[in-house]
Amino acid sequence: MKRIYMDYSATTPVDKEVIDEMAPYFGKYFGNPSSIHSFGRDAYDAIEKSRSKIADILNADADEIIFTSGGTESDNLGIMGVAYLNKDKRKRKGNNIITSSIEHPAVLETCKYLEKQGFNIKYLPVDKYGLIRIEDLEEAISKDTFLITIMYANNEIGTIEPINEIGKIANKYDVLFHTDGVQAVCKTPIDVKKLNIDLLSISSHKIYGPKGVGALYIRKGVKIRSLTHGGGQEKGLRSSTYNTTGIVGLGKACELGKIRLKEDMSQLKYLRDELIKNTLKIELSYLNGHPIKRLVNNANFCFEAIEGESLNMMLDEKGIASATGSACSSKNLQASHVLTAIGLNPEKAHGSLRLTLGRENTERDIKYIDNVLPDVVENLRKLSPLWDR
Amino acid sequence: MADIYTEKVKDHFFNPRNVGEIKDADGVGTVGNPTCGDVMTVYIKVKNDKIKDIKFKTYGCAAAIASSSIGTEIVKGKTLDEAMKLSRDDIANELGGLPAIKMHCSNLFSDAIRKAIKDYRKRIK
Ligand SMILES: Cc1ncc(COP(=O)(O)O)c(C=O)c1O
Ligand SMILES: [Zn+2]
Repeated sequence: MKRIYMDYSATTPVDKEVIDEMAPYFGKYFGNPSSIHSFGRDAYDAIEKSRSKIADILNADADEIIFTSGGTESDNLGIMGVAYLNKDKRKRKGNNIITSSIEHPAVLETCKYLEKQGFNIKYLPVDKYGLIRIEDLEEAISKDTFLITIMYANNEIGTIEPINEIGKIANKYDVLFHTDGVQAVCKTPIDVKKLNIDLLSISSHKIYGPKGVGALYIRKGVKIRSLTHGGGQEKGLRSSTYNTTGIVGLGKACELGKIRLKEDMSQLKYLRDELIKNTLKIELSYLNGHPIKRLVNNANFCFEAIEGESLNMMLDEKGIASATGSACSSKNLQASHVLTAIGLNPEKAHGSLRLTLGRENTERDIKYIDNVLPDVVENLRKLSPLWDR
Repeated sequence: MADIYTEKVKDHFFNPRNVGEIKDADGVGTVGNPTCGDVMTVYIKVKNDKIKDIKFKTYGCAAAIASSSIGTEIVKGKTLDEAMKLSRDDIANELGGLPAIKMHCSNLFSDAIRKAIKDYRKRIK
């Protein structure tokens, strides 16, 4: 059976060119980048080249990039690193952090952890599209606020937040601005200088790079406290021997992402809009997230009277890989906090379907979904006591 | 996600038995699962104190649908007292096990069948 992957926001395959770029660094150039000898220097050079490539897609400078183990660590390091340093320098700022209610757990759980340690966290609500309101942000800022952390684009519903305006507010009130860019990088142009972003998290496996590697952009002059203690790599901010292969892969993925950005965006947007148009023909189906301010690869729907995990499994049986925010498929049996935050009641959130597109998807895939999805929805509705027509 | 389920769960999920409604049912039971939002309705026909026919409709995850389907197979032909005793563990066992987090989904059927039997007994009083 033909299989169609439509879960690119969960993870992506590693690009063939990325694999080729990484390959020599397992064996031939295995040296420790911190070593003085030529083996070390070979690896060191590759790492610095990769750093430049990452900086390049953000319009940052190479020395503003720190390597990490992924998006989660970048979020943890960015937020806690700023928070712990700020705690020491109480004289300057208070202890308030502003975030949104739809962040990825990597940010939300970090904020909750800090809350337990006495930090004050304000969770901004979002509108029905998942957008924070700039007025809410400005109102939430007090002299105690030292950090705003609001995601660039949401991983479930694809909504792109008003980053430009948030950056302006952060600048106006002299507050640091961290953004989780994990889903946005390589899917939308990002200029950290123009957008006034102080810290930005990147994950490699969402952009056709290998898993287990990421980066944190830290604007020059922004100080953070390290969370790992050891050999002092990455200016002492992230000790541990370099993951050379991973870093080389991330660098190549960014380079390719930059070259292909325009083409990727227009192709994905076209497919996404076809998918949305087709799917909304299904009776009592709804699009979640913003119609325009959304990631080019994200489509998220609700179907009345059916449950998301069942839908995922039925689609999987037809070869289509998808995701859901249903309570039934979550570890805590809670409906997705994102879908709840945009105002969906638990029953509606129960019936959500996320399809996220990527480079391998074609128009034929979209047609196949259009052939399969209406029947799958209808069959599940026939089973449902909530569907009476 | 799919691979956490046994073949038997998948069989009952993809080919659920006894789906539908019984228009002139002798007893009907609808239960909602407060834990995750799943809902099930079961319809029974009763003859000589036995479940002669049974149909169900379920809104929920694969575990909920498979539990409903296998539950109807288990109780069909059984006496009402026997059906009343069916526990969620019986259903999970019959399915070859359910993931721990999904155990609550198998409550759905045992609760619904009890409700349907009570409904029947109330009607014949
Ligand atoms: C918005 C967002 N932030 C953070 C992460 C975590 O990234 P990683 O898997 O690299 O730790 C993800 C991935 O699921 C994500 O979508
Ligand atoms: Zn369930």
